[in-house]
Amino acid sequence: MSDEQEAAGLLDALPAVTGEQLRALHDRLASQADAEGLLDVAYRTLDTPVGPLLLAATARGLVRVAYDTENHDHVLTILGRQLSPRILSAPHRLDPAAREIDEYFAGRRREFDLPLDFSLAHGFRLTVLSHLAGIAYGRTASYGAVAAAVGHPKAVRAVGTACATNPLPVVVPCHRVVRSDGSLGGYLGGLAAKRALLALEAA
Amino acid sequence: MLTDPQRRLHHVTGKQPFEMIVARHGPAVFRVCRAVLGPRDADDAWSETFLSALKAYPDLPGDANVEAWLVTIAHRKAIDVTRAAARRAVPVADVPENPSARGPGPRDLERDLDLSAALAALPRKQREAVAYHYLAGLPYAGVAAVLGGSADAARRAAADGIAALRKTYAATDFKGEDQ
Repeated sequence: MSDEQEAAGLLDALPAVTGEQLRALHDRLASQADAEGLLDVAYRTLDTPVGPLLLAATARGLVRVAYDTENHDHVLTILGRQLSPRILSAPHRLDPAAREIDEYFAGRRREFDLPLDFSLAHGFRLTVLSHLAGIAYGRTASYGAVAAAVGHPKAVRAVGTACATNPLPVVVPCHRVVRSDGSLGGYLGGLAAKRALLALEAA
Repeated sequence: MLTDPQRRLHHVTGKQPFEMIVARHGPAVFRVCRAVLGPRDADDAWSETFLSALKAYPDLPGDANVEAWLVTIAHRKAIDVTRAAARRAVPVADVPENPSARGPGPRDLERDLDLSAALAALPRKQREAVAYHYLAGLPYAGVAAVLGGSADAARRAAADGIAALRKTYAATDFKGEDQ
């Protein structure tokens, strides 16, 4: 054993912080940060029938919903670069969103009534996403119909891209956009998730 | 999949979400705070350190040594906490509180108390040098950057601190006991 190791061993009796202590310290940090306006992005995960969803919110509102397939750690890293690295797990800010999404999956909610932050969408994509909220629960629209509705009837593929990069899936219902032949088209959360959402809304 | 703008951003900054900084460095910073301040003020120092770090985090260079940066902040916060405690005229070498009802068993707790007392009895600079080198893992040059002075002085302070701990704490020799 080297002198360094032996000296370090002297300090072994200094107790390591327990998971419980660290959680308490973390929660205190998150609420202090929120109170001082330093919590730029708060997040939590929520278990749903389509897998765990990552929910992230700025002070302005819900800014990101991500499927497990998108890799939540990766999504958080990207959020850190796009918005701010001041990101903490802070479930409290996401309570209203989690409650409404729970109600939606339980079949008790047809519309979301949440402040949304569209910072992650720009230009034509933002135009498309803004339009999607107008497609009612249980209904679908074709990519072409959405393109026509936003005044760019030839931009069918761009509508597809806007849906594929929707930062707020489930809440902004890109799952209600399907192909004109009635087939599903694509979905950022996987086709099984799209099918499940449409089946839920058709029930 | 990353879009093109995301890919570009990826190259510009390499900063992790702060949550990951807390998860990775929170435990070591806590041990440092505990060693330098004792159990009673460690929570406050930890909280102040990470709140202050969160505030400054967006301006931290992407290639900075996060551990050394956090220890530097913790060092300043520990001084603040000590000054505040002195103003409140709280006795310094008090017997530490029981850290947790579900914490260590009686023997571990005894060792913990002995070590806390032994650490508390060290001159401040020695205690800091020991904590920053042995608990935070900073090289002596890094310890010197936090404390001021030379790397040699930091090495001597840590060595003197360890020698004193050997005398006061390890004299009770727990070696060979089961843990």
